[in-house]
Amino acid sequence: MSGAESVGDGRSGAEGGAGEEVDRTPVPDADVCVVGAGPAGALVADRLAGDRDVVVLDAGPRFDPADRLARQERAIRPFYGRPDVWGVGGARDAHENAGDWFYPLNHARVKGVGGSTLHWQGMVMRLHEDDFNSGTERGVGPDWPIDYADLRPYYAEAEKELGVAGASDNPYAPPREEPHPMPAFEPSYSDSLFAEACEELGIDMHSVPNARNSEPYDDRSPCVGYGTCQPVCPSGAKYDATVHVERAEEKGATVVDRAPVERLEHDGDDRVTAAVYATPDGERHRQEADAFVVAAGGVETPRLLLLSASDRYPDGLANGSGHVGEFFMDHLFAGAGGTLDEETRQNHVGFYTSACDQFYDEADAEQAPFKLEFFNYAGPSPVEMALTGDDWGDPLLERLRDGYGNHIAMGGLVEQAPRADSRITLADDRTDDRGNPVPQMEWTVGDRALDTIERANEIQVEILEELGADVEWVAGPDATGPAYHHMGTTRMSDDPDSGVVDADCRTHDLDNCWIASSSVFPTSGAMNPTLTIAALALRVADDVDARLSEGT
Amino acid sequence: MELTRRDAAAALAAIGATGGVALGVRRATDDRGRPGDGEADAAWDGEGAPDDEAVREAMTAAARVLYPEEVSGIDAFVDRFLDGRLDGSAHAEGVRAAVAEVESAARSWYDAPVAELSAAERDDLLRELGADTAEEDPGGTAAERVRFFVVNELLLALYSSPTGGELVGIENPQGYAGGAESYQEGPR
Ligand SMILES: Cc1cc2nc3c(=O)[nH]c(=O)nc-3n(C[C@H](O)[C@H](O)[C@H](O)COP(=O)(O)OP(=O)(O)OC[C@H]3O[C@@H](n4cnc5c(N)ncnc54)[C@H](O)[C@@H]3O)c2cc1C
Ligand code: SF4
Repeated sequence: MSGAESVGDGRSGAEGGAGEEVDRTPVPDADVCVVGAGPAGALVADRLAGDRDVVVLDAGPRFDPADRLARQERAIRPFYGRPDVWGVGGARDAHENAGDWFYPLNHARVKGVGGSTLHWQGMVMRLHEDDFNSGTERGVGPDWPIDYADLRPYYAEAEKELGVAGASDNPYAPPREEPHPMPAFEPSYSDSLFAEACEELGIDMHSVPNARNSEPYDDRSPCVGYGTCQPVCPSGAKYDATVHVERAEEKGATVVDRAPVERLEHDGDDRVTAAVYATPDGERHRQEADAFVVAAGGVETPRLLLLSASDRYPDGLANGSGHVGEFFMDHLFAGAGGTLDEETRQNHVGFYTSACDQFYDEADAEQAPFKLEFFNYAGPSPVEMALTGDDWGDPLLERLRDGYGNHIAMGGLVEQAPRADSRITLADDRTDDRGNPVPQMEWTVGDRALDTIERANEIQVEILEELGADVEWVAGPDATGPAYHHMGTTRMSDDPDSGVVDADCRTHDLDNCWIASSSVFPTSGAMNPTLTIAALALRVADDVDARLSEGT
Repeated sequence: MELTRRDAAAALAAIGATGGVALGVRRATDDRGRPGDGEADAAWDGEGAPDDEAVREAMTAAARVLYPEEVSGIDAFVDRFLDGRLDGSAHAEGVRAAVAEVESAARSWYDAPVAELSAAERDDLLRELGADTAEEDPGGTAAERVRFFVVNELLLALYSSPTGGELVGIENPQGYAGGAESYQEGPR
């Protein structure tokens, strides 16, 4: 069990007790300091670690892999909420909501070595070519200063790093030369039911790329079907960023856990000089380095920049444009489901095997890009059902048999357009366990996304009805929610007045400071972001390396 | 449908217990105080914390009302599951304390240990304790703790095992590492 937190009984918050003998003092003569050990930070650290002295600081604990099954128990038992599985919550993770739309931030992230990939679903797709040119092609939002072609080789590398099981059967996906590193998972039984209905309607289904082993890969197990991928995969079949954290450490990187960075300091030459971080014993340290990569996720990254305000940068570090924290975006969920009068075989595994990108590129100024998913875990899981209710014995078994077996559902994600009034700021009067203002979320969603949710619902209901389902629920504009993808808050732009980082993800204002995160996405597309985060992180690492070599 | 050793192993795996340590402890106890081995006088007298044997008897008795009629092999299943669960952890202490609550209620309301009550009485006892309507909470009221450490503990063990899943129609229930094939297969 880790010294940082217990997975025993009771809710664990973000515990901060000291006690174990861990050296959390700064590393002398570091070349690169990476803030955050999620996938972005871990990939940057791993890529640079062989040749450079790298130190990674993460706000949360290092979780003991031996506790994963105990965390799985938490995922199943009704007493524990999702944030309890990875010890999120408490004063460390306090936040405020000020917008029209409530944002459940602590359901949407994990703080600790591995970041939110400990909790994630693991669907990994490339953005479409038009996603990089949304302003020109669709009339919404700025274009990215880079194109699909710029990221294409990095996407292929990212797929190898994460270990993606996929197939080239998706006619709507952007062009690729090489196959995925692993074969796609076979379609599920319920996919075959959907396939008949979709064929009738002329709707295409294809495989979903999964960062999940369909065969042994990277010394990690293939999927064994625990079915609790989100929020925990006990087998290690689902990729999480501890893979790259460990690899970076093997190459010599230093990883310091429970070391929240509170402030970045700079000198008069617009260079970041140190990351000031706290440790559980109440000490504060300064980690100096030649280059800094901020990879603290889409909410904490702008918060850290805002917390680092100085006389020279009174509105926050790297915030000459005034855009730090603005344009906060997430993908919106659209779904529908019901029951069939036959068995649908749900909840055997916790991931999807089929999707539909057919409508994605119809997008224009009125309709956002969206994609559709065919659920493999519709309806209740019997084991979870058994733990709630006031029956047992034969009546419970009867209730489980009635409740399980014939559910069917579809989901989908819709792009949200960037807007300045959807943003992360610092709360005025609430601080975290270290006395620092907490992030305040103002999440605002425009009509284009809401109208597109309705369009996605129409198709979903049409498919379900063709299937003969009794449609029992529709998650439309009034019942939508976020997919937990935090994007846009330090956007990328060639123009220093329009964005926080340049096309290399280097901050416009500070020469030796990069941001690796979906916070740099100018627009979000509707594809899950992490493969793009990974591709950008590898590209950031190359740029850092090149500039360190040049001495710039 | 018979619960097997494989079911107990699967239920333990679903919650991350391995039982190695506890098995050693168990053997020492076996030599001394298992009912039926001629030394029943070592049995727990209802005072203080119940020993492992008393926990096993009470939990098995509870499982016989919590599990559906059509399952057999309950005693061995619960016994084996507890081999892994009574591992000296805080959770094991929670199980022990919750069993003490159940036993104390059985003795004061029915004048007998829970294992000696009829099935109907055991059912009534758990309901009178409030464990049917309570939501599980390891640090909550007595009813919530009994729900967590006795009722849901045993229901989780059963329904995350392959046989428990099959009873409901899913041979690879959540928590059981039943492979990545069953999701591809049609109804059986
Ligand atoms: C339930 C769920 C399901 C998801 N499913 C998918 C999916 O299927 N596909 C997909 O592409 N994406 C998915 N995501 C999103 C995905 O997890 C994130 O996009 C990804 O983890 C972001 O990576 P990151 O490295 O930028 O940030 P994070 O993973 O958030 O990592 C940031 C790290 O920085 C640390 N940190 C924060 N502040 C500080 C500080 N001040 N000092 C030091 N360290 C700090 C944190 O502790 C954390 O470890 C999902 C997310 C959730 C929550
Ligand atoms: S279904 Fe596969 S990927 Fe998901 S938790 Fe289980 S083993 Fe991990």
